[in-house]
Order: sequence, then structure tokens, then C-alpha cells
Amino acid sequence: MAPALRIVNGKLYDPANGIEGEPRDICVQDGKIVASVGEEAKRIDATGLVVMPGGVDIHCHIAGPKVNLARKLQPEDHRRDVHPRTKFTRSGVGGTVPSTFATGYRYAAMGYTTAMEAAAPPLGARHVLEELHDTPVIDKGFYVLMGNNVLLYQLLQQGRKDEFKQALAWWLNAAKAYAPKLVNPGADAMWKGRRNSNIVDLDEKIEGFDLTPRKVIVAIVEAANELGLPHPAHIHCNNLGHSGNWETTLETMRACEGLKVHLTHIQFHSYGSVKGKVRDNPTSKAREISQYVNSHPNVSADVGQVMFGKSTSMTADAPLAYMLRQFGGHKWVNADTEHESGCGIIPFEYQDKIYTHALQWAIGLELFLLSEDPWRMVFSTDHPNGGSFMSYPRLIRLLMDREYRNEQLKTLNPDVVRDTPLADGLTREYSLQEIAIITRAGPARLLGLADKGHLGVGADADITIYENHADRERMFEAPRYVIKDGELIIEDHEFRADHAGRVLHVAPPYEAQIEEVIRPFFEEFYSIRFANYAVDDQYLHRHQVVATTSQ
Amino acid sequence: MSDNIRIVKDATCTFCGCVCDDMDLTVDVDEKRIIKADNACILGKAWFREHGHEERPAALIGGNEASLDDAIEEAAQILVNARFPIIYGLSDTTCEAQRVAVGIADMIGGTLDTTTSVCHGPSGIAFEAVGESTSTLGELKNRADLIVFWGGNPAESHPRLFSRYTVTCKGMYIPRGRTDRTIVLVDVRRTPSAPVADIFIQVKPRRDFEVLWALRALVKGRKIDPSIEQTTGVALATLEDLAGRMKSCRYGALLFGMGLTMTRGRHFNSGAILALASDLNAFTHFVAKPVRGHGNVTGADNVVSWQTGFPFAVNFAKGYPRFNPGEFTTVDTLARGEADAAMIIAADPASNFPQAAIERMKQIPVIVLDPKESHTSRLARVAFTTATYGINVAGTVYRMDDVPITLRPALESPYPSDEQILRRLRTRLRELLGGNRVPDKMSWPVPAAAA
Repeated sequence: MAPALRIVNGKLYDPANGIEGEPRDICVQDGKIVASVGEEAKRIDATGLVVMPGGVDIHCHIAGPKVNLARKLQPEDHRRDVHPRTKFTRSGVGGTVPSTFATGYRYAAMGYTTAMEAAAPPLGARHVLEELHDTPVIDKGFYVLMGNNVLLYQLLQQGRKDEFKQALAWWLNAAKAYAPKLVNPGADAMWKGRRNSNIVDLDEKIEGFDLTPRKVIVAIVEAANELGLPHPAHIHCNNLGHSGNWETTLETMRACEGLKVHLTHIQFHSYGSVKGKVRDNPTSKAREISQYVNSHPNVSADVGQVMFGKSTSMTADAPLAYMLRQFGGHKWVNADTEHESGCGIIPFEYQDKIYTHALQWAIGLELFLLSEDPWRMVFSTDHPNGGSFMSYPRLIRLLMDREYRNEQLKTLNPDVVRDTPLADGLTREYSLQEIAIITRAGPARLLGLADKGHLGVGADADITIYENHADRERMFEAPRYVIKDGELIIEDHEFRADHAGRVLHVAPPYEAQIEEVIRPFFEEFYSIRFANYAVDDQYLHRHQVVATTSQ
Repeated sequence: MSDNIRIVKDATCTFCGCVCDDMDLTVDVDEKRIIKADNACILGKAWFREHGHEERPAALIGGNEASLDDAIEEAAQILVNARFPIIYGLSDTTCEAQRVAVGIADMIGGTLDTTTSVCHGPSGIAFEAVGESTSTLGELKNRADLIVFWGGNPAESHPRLFSRYTVTCKGMYIPRGRTDRTIVLVDVRRTPSAPVADIFIQVKPRRDFEVLWALRALVKGRKIDPSIEQTTGVALATLEDLAGRMKSCRYGALLFGMGLTMTRGRHFNSGAILALASDLNAFTHFVAKPVRGHGNVTGADNVVSWQTGFPFAVNFAKGYPRFNPGEFTTVDTLARGEADAAMIIAADPASNFPQAAIERMKQIPVIVLDPKESHTSRLARVAFTTATYGINVAGTVYRMDDVPITLRPALESPYPSDEQILRRLRTRLRELLGGNRVPDKMSWPVPAAAA
């Protein structure tokens, strides 16, 4: 067990406990923040430094089947960005899809201590967990793809509401997942079963079922709320990336009225359209989407900011990746998982001179700046879709530094600059406290992680200590100290120790007889045996079950 | 047969890349034998039935029986004192063992390569160039109405690929099974797989690339000269018919074997077939899939990729992973005489490598981990007898379609697993080196114990 620590005289940013930049001491023992420690505790002088809870990434793609395909796909990315080993840390490679060890170390070196892999089919759950086990330092979990699950569709179609909920709970257990994820619900049946078509309307009939995306979304969100999951449902809406998709996004939120729900990378879903062109050009509907989110406390979102430069589009939304392929994708991966998911991967580059890319960049920033509740509109680039997690410090600077933002604006496609309210009017700058909310306190609260995202007594001792540079990018890209589970991992910007983080997962109770509903489907239609499907505890290693409200 | 019989249901066969997980094994506990393997194919039945632990020492040094401790020490000294140590094999062991092996290569600054480099390595290279439209085997079972097998003979190499996953099985949208599917076989000779196919297309040896490229053109509506028949042995009308079927099916699949990847053209062939499948997605849903041989070669690809960013042929000498097939592939590092020590895990390169590579193995210290005596173990300086994965050892394997499956071992073994040996070796190496070996400009740090 690591020695006790006393962090002295740092400026604390702990929004969950109402502390904003006040000098406080923090005591750490046995991996937790405690009220006091003995005199023998190691002392860290944080005078003049900024102390925050460790960063929490609510949505990124860092481990599992699609990530590994994207990794294998791009040796050219890796050779330009190597990650050498040290005496006690493993080597790896970077690029937009780093190797697992590099992922863990690089998150940690940036002051992040928790990250959630955002989409994996249950059939690939073991793979996700094996990779997460090889992702050092950070705590981690994953969202399991449920929005195109064929058996759930059958139960829903037959009106077997309770069994639907039981099956959802069973699946979360079987996969050792953290939350149910919906990606373009209804699209898989069209993509795989109707010659690569897509579903475009919330009320369109799903191929082969007497169902619509709306029915699927509402049913899963309702069931997840009833199960009392710490993070009820994580939705990637229909029509991602398409002009005019803001109406689908609004309809999705309206359909979930009164239910706790999280819409992810909402930037990609906030596009209007100008009719009459050959291909309808997108416009910004950030204001309309913001208004809805601002006034509906049941809804939360992460932005999914686009950052200029290399990205990798990797998604369970296979039709989307196929659409992107026409914009310069020279190599493309599609991967279908039986009864559970699709997947598309395409190397990509966002360029500031391209109208659509510049507009996407602006819409993301508009969403941040129009948000009235930072606790519910939190930070993400949908790594590596909008940009790598390595670009987070630059994004923080864009939010905190208006002059820097305006400099960037000047380089953009002028048609975008003409139209975006960023050029005149949206002059807001985020404070350090607000950054602390959107990058740690907010995501932790939305995830229902009571011990994370704050520095009160009893919290996990995941702590980041930054130098207070005026250049916020410089400040956030290399904290001076990072403490994980009470262990000093980074000191004076250098790794001092390796560390194995925990897997976070849920285990909602379910009625055992649901297995007799699921089993026959498996025996008939899956290619692996039911008995070999559920993931057992050997894949968890260090782990923590996060309780539902009923547990 | 004794009375002490145990049944293991839903066990997994790791003999080939199909990794069938529906084995019902009857185990004679006293005799320490598997006497029956229900659901297994002819290869799987033999795999289970012929397994019996041999009366072989757990470790040999220089062909003489040695203690495990001494053998670990000897192996550690070999690896620590080598300037160009290579680690090879890994396709017939668990992911858990593979993960430790890659860690050892990283720690010592060695070169890591798997049997992928001599089977579907070209497909891995082609994947990096063009990507891949692919699917799990269950999608083929449930949806595929047209399946084209190319350069493989599954009837003899992967018997249950036909019955369990692709040809005769019924599926959700293929209710009548075989009747609802069209099966095509493309190969240079009429193999025992041919009777399974509705259409057999015989290609002149070494002309696969030309056939694939012509199909790509036809799919895109381009004209092909009838002289294609002289070049490839396949009539234009046959190709046009196949292109038409591929465009008009609802869910098509191209499954290809080493008959494509290891003949003239290699990664060009793999690239052509992957590109053909991708092209077809402009018309219908189409996937492609290399048919993998070894039980966990797909796991090796996955583990090496997630730990290093590259699927095989990875060198760690500079302190970080570098990928270069041809430079860091095992046949090449051996045949050029660069490798000065080798650790071979669950593979037998001395039985199938080119002579120059085998000769090099005879000159350098070789460490072998294998359940059985092999050509490689006979020339090894240190040979460990290990338990067999899937039969004695639990853990994870990845089916050829990247689906991870947990093993249910049926029998205990007196021998340690690959993972156990490798973990002990790693611990000893860490002691000797004082942690990972970090390249210090041009010189190697001297190992603590050797100094």
C-alpha cells in the first residue's frame, strides 16, 4: 500500500463540494481522501499549483474489437509517434489509436484517471476486458451495444416488456459492462439485411421487425431507468453526420421526456440543412439543441468536439462509416457482429479549410459556450472520432481563451466564419471551475460515480496537480503530479510508478428464468454456445461493482 | 475404461481456427484420457482422443533431464546474453501466455513474431493497405446466401466450417440451410471440398490475382478481353456469371485460404480479394474473411496488435515497437543469421521452415515450449514440456473471426502451462536486468547478475 500523502496549500478546484480556487490541504491514505494523516505522511507542496480531481472521460474508444482493427489498420500512424519503454513502464505506439499501454500512460500523463470505452458488442466483451487489463493506471469500464440487439427486438415486438428489461439486465451482467449503449438503433437490420441501406426516420419501420427506432429507444431508456443504473443509457442518435439531423436529435430527446438519458457526441447531431443544393449543406443548430438541453434536466450530453488534424472514425454505425468512405477514405473496415452490432472504421482528417469540417468545429464550440449547465454538457472529442484525447489540452484552451479562439477562427473556411456566432456575440470564456466540472466533476456525476470527480473525504484519491500557466494548453497537457488510488504515479512530470486501475461495471439483479428465454435463441442462431457466452470474473482482475439505485 | 467417468459439456476444440465450442467430452479420469468427443469433426476427434501426456521430463537442457528451476535459469541467461533474441510461435497457446511473451520481448528488446508471418501474414499486410469488410461466423450462418471459398480446402482442413458456420447450417434468414445458399469454390485443383460447391472454378496455378482483378473490373462494369481464359484458365462467361451472382446476392462472403496468400502475388492476392469484397458493397452486402489455421493464431494477431500496434514481425530493440515484415519476420532473421538466440513457443519451425533458417537454429541457443517432442525441441538447448491449451489449460482463444472464447480444460496435466513458464521466466529476467532493458544510445546495459 502506498504511503500516506499530505498535499499542502494547493488551490483547490472541487466543484462538487463548492470549492473554487481556495487553498486547502488534502490528506490521502489507503487510496482514499481522508480527513487527516499522521506526521509521517509524505508532503507534497502544492503552493501556487492547481489541484483538481483526476479527469474522467465519459466517452472514448480505447479498447476492444473495433479499436484493435483500427489500430492494426494504421501502421503509418504508429511509426510517427512511438512510445518508448522505461525501466518499469511498457513501450507502445501512439497515433490516433494508441496501443493499450500507451493509452493508459498518456491519459495518466494528462491528468486523467478514469475513461469509459463507449461501444462494444457483448460478443466482444472478453476482448474489451483483456485490453482494458493491459491499459495501465486508469480506471475504466465500457458501454455495451444493445440498440440493435435482435433478441431484444423480438421481445419488444412481442410486447414482453418485463422480459425485455430482464434480458437487458442479464446482458449487462453477462458482458460485465457499465451501461447500455444505443448506436443508430434500427440501422443494423437495414445495413446487413437490405443491401447496405440505413434508417433515416425515428418512425420508420425497421427491416424485418414491426418496430421503429423510437420504440427501441424508449424501451431501452425506460428499462435502464427502471433498473436504476448509475448511467441509464448512452445514445448515439440516428442520422449522425447528416444535414438536417437536428430534428431527429430533438425528437429523440422528446421521446425520452421525463427519463434520465445521455446523448453522446451531440455536436455530430446538431446540423440543419440548406435546401436546394446538390447535396444539402449543413448549418448549425447548436442554439436549438442547447435550448432543449438547457431546459430539460433529465437530459445530459457530451459534445464530441471536432479538432483539426488526423482522426480515426470508428463506430458501430456502419452506414455512417460507409458514407464517410466517399470523402477520401482510401481504406475502409466493416465488421458485422451477429445479432448485436455493425462496425465501420475509416482513417480521417479534419481540415480547417473544408466548409463542413470547420462548421463542425464551430458547432462543437457553440454547444460548449451556449450551455447553461456545465454539469450536463460535458467534455469529449469522441476520441478518436472527432480527434485524439491528446488534443484535450488544446480544446480546454479554446474554451478558456477567447483570443486564442479568435486566432483560430481567422484560419477557417470564411463561409463558416461568416455564419457562426463565435465570430461575434459568443465571447464567453470558461473558468477553471467550469473546466473542472466538464472534465471531471460532471462526467463523474453523470456516470453515477459517487467516489470520483471530487476531493471530499471518502473520495477515491485520484488527484491531478497542475502548474497554473496562463497558456492553458501547456497547463493541462502535463500536470506536475498525478495521484491514482493514493499512489504517486507522476512526480515532477515524470512517471515514478506503474499502476493497475480497476474495471468499473454494473451488476443489476435479474430473474434467473430469463436465461431460459435467451438460451433457445442462442442455440438456434448464435455461433457460440450459451454456456460459453457470459464473461466470468477471471477477466475482471481489479474491479468494482457500481451499485444500482436498488442495490 | 475405468468407472471414473466425467462429462465436460460445451468444451472448446483448439485444433483449428474454427474453435468450435460445442464439444461434449467424455473423460476417463483414472486413465487420464478423453475417450469420446461428441460434435467434434474427424480432426477434432483425433485431437482429443490422441491426447495423452507423454512420459517426458518437464525440462531438458542440452537433451538431458533438468529441473524446472535450472531450465528457467538457463533460458533467462540465454535471452539476457543475446544481442538479437527472437521470440516466435504463439498461435497454439492462450492469449494469457501470448500477453506475457510479448511483454518479455519488450523487456529484453527482442524481436517478436508469430506463425502469422508464414500463413496469413500477407492478409495482414493487405489489411493495412485496403481494410476489410468482414463479419463473425454467425452472420454467415444466419445471412450468407452466396459463399465463395478461394484457395482453401475446408473439407479437409476445417471440416466444420461447412457444417457449423457456412454451408449446410440453417440460419435466421437462411431457413432451409444448404438449399438457400449458393456455394462456389475457386482453386487450382479439384479438392475434396469441390463436391460441396454448386460451382467449381479451376484457376491455372499462380493466376489468382489476374482472376480477382478481372472480377473487380467486371463488378464495376468494365470490359474484359476474352483472352483472360488463356491467362487464367477461366472462361470470361464464367467470370461474368460469378460477378453477376456476387452483385445480386443479399449477403455474400469470400473466404480465402493459404492457397491464395502463399502463392505468387501473396499480399497482392489478399489485397485483391479484400478490395473485391469492399467494391461489392456498392451493390449489396459483402464480406471477406481469411480462413485461419491454428487454434489461436487470431488471438496472437490481436494480442500483438493491442500491445504493440502491429500484428506480427515486431522489433523492440530501439525501445519501442517497430514493424517490418521481411526484416523482423522469423524466417528472415534466422536465414540471414541475425538472430543469436530464439525462444519458440507452441510452434515447430524446424519442421517447416526453409533450410537456411533451420540451419541457423542449429547454431544458436534455442528455447522451446511445447507439449510434445518436436523437430524444434530436438535441436533446442532448453526444452520445456508444457500442458496443452484447451485440454489441460484454461484461458482465452480467439476464433478466426475475432470472437474470444474461454476454454474449459478437461484434464489436469503434470506439466506447467506456457503462461506459467513464461511468467517465471519474466520474473527472472526482470531480476537479471533490473527492470526493462532501456536502450542507452548504442550500448546495451550489462545485466546485473552477469556483471
